[in-house]
Amino acid sequence: MLIDWFTVGAQALNFIVLVWLLKRFLYRPILAAIDGREQRIAKERADADAIRTEAGHERDALRQKNADFDTERAGLRAKASADAAAEHQRLVTEARAAADSLAARRRDAVAAEARALQDSLTRRVTDEVLAIARQALHDLADADLDAQVTTVFVARLRGIDGQPRADLAAALAGAAEPALVRSAFELPAAARAAVAAALDQIAASPTPPRFETAPNLIGGIELSVAGQKLSWNVADYLATLNKTIAAMLTPEDPVPAEAAPKPTADPT
Amino acid sequence: MRLSPDELIFWHYGALKLNGTIAFTWVLMLVLAGGSIIITRRLSTGLERSRWQNLLEIIVTGIEDQIADVGLRAPRTYMGFLGTLFLFIATATLGTIVPGFEPPTGSLSTTAALALCVLVVVPFYGISEQGIGAYLKSYAEPTIIMLPFNIISELSRTLALAVRLFGNMMSGTMILAILLTITPFLFPIAMSALGLLTGMVQAYIFSILAAVYIASATRTREPDQGPATPAPQ
Repeated sequence: MLIDWFTVGAQALNFIVLVWLLKRFLYRPILAAIDGREQRIAKERADADAIRTEAGHERDALRQKNADFDTERAGLRAKASADAAAEHQRLVTEARAAADSLAARRRDAVAAEARALQDSLTRRVTDEVLAIARQALHDLADADLDAQVTTVFVARLRGIDGQPRADLAAALAGAAEPALVRSAFELPAAARAAVAAALDQIAASPTPPRFETAPNLIGGIELSVAGQKLSWNVADYLATLNKTIAAMLTPEDPVPAEAAPKPTADPT
Repeated sequence: MRLSPDELIFWHYGALKLNGTIAFTWVLMLVLAGGSIIITRRLSTGLERSRWQNLLEIIVTGIEDQIADVGLRAPRTYMGFLGTLFLFIATATLGTIVPGFEPPTGSLSTTAALALCVLVVVPFYGISEQGIGAYLKSYAEPTIIMLPFNIISELSRTLALAVRLFGNMMSGTMILAILLTITPFLFPIAMSALGLLTGMVQAYIFSILAAVYIASATRTREPDQGPATPAPQ
């Protein structure tokens, strides 16, 4: 008989015991170890995921910070550049204004100096010319010349018409004092008569004119009546000449200043 | 020449006896349980672990995967029985390379005991899964006419399990013994290696058949679940 039923029973029992032993000492601890490891790996993966997520958040935050920082830096840089450009422009403008002012002052000083020199020269030249002319005319003047002058004066007196003649007539007529006729030299009687006749022709005067000599006239004759004056003498000519020369020597406009070189703005 | 280690009797008292089958089974139990105790004494749950722990983990997870592949939903529920079946038969086969060791699976008593265990366990799991009424009703599926045939099928497959394993293991031992008398060198070594291979295959077949029987008993009324979807990595 190949089957021994006692052995069958014993083997079945043995097998059941072996099942229990292996369950107790093999499957349970090994499976527990595997489960523990899997849980640990899962936990580590979850932790790693959490860390990765957190790192991602931090990375995003850092990128945002960097972007903000870049923007702020660009803004500050632009502002600084604008401020520097404005300051540069202001300094250039100030320097240009100062240079212009300095150039203007220098130009004015030069012009004033030139004008003073010119005035001084003119005055001296005029004085010299007038002195020479006065001396020459003084040397030339005499009674005959005054007679000639009187002749011309009388001719001119007769030639007055219009409003001046009316004014002169009114002055002669209403004068409280006699008309004063001044001459550089003593007028001869004929000349005095000619003058008186001419005055009478203009307006009948109650008193005859009074004649005086005035050497400062140099040569010529002068009529004064009631505040009005009519003259033809060398002193007046010289005065007119003096005025004319002064007007000619005095510049109408100041010398235009030489254009100062403009400083160029440095773009840097 | 012995056909079975049953015939090797060390001690006997009345009906009680200690034969080779029982003795070698105890040796195997000692090796399996002792080895497990020694190796699992310091288990590591970290990534660093010993080679022996690695080996045991490979064996255990391999068994678990095989049970899951057969179609059993909770492999760990059946791992104690099916895994022990495989380990016992496989270790008995491996033991043949030790001189003087006779595999207890070469005894029809042992294979019959294992087959009887399967015969008991299959309805046990079937009833615990679907209830006694539903399990008994499954014998009358698809019609009541099939009832005797189902019962015969249940018994005959148990007999087939026992005889198949016994035949393979016993023949391997027998062939080896015969060849040793004819050609003492080299050729028995090759046959011994072949015997190892067939023994491992038998261990796999026995366990897988038991798993299939349990699966058929527990999945009678369940809808087809279809192929399992791979778990996301």
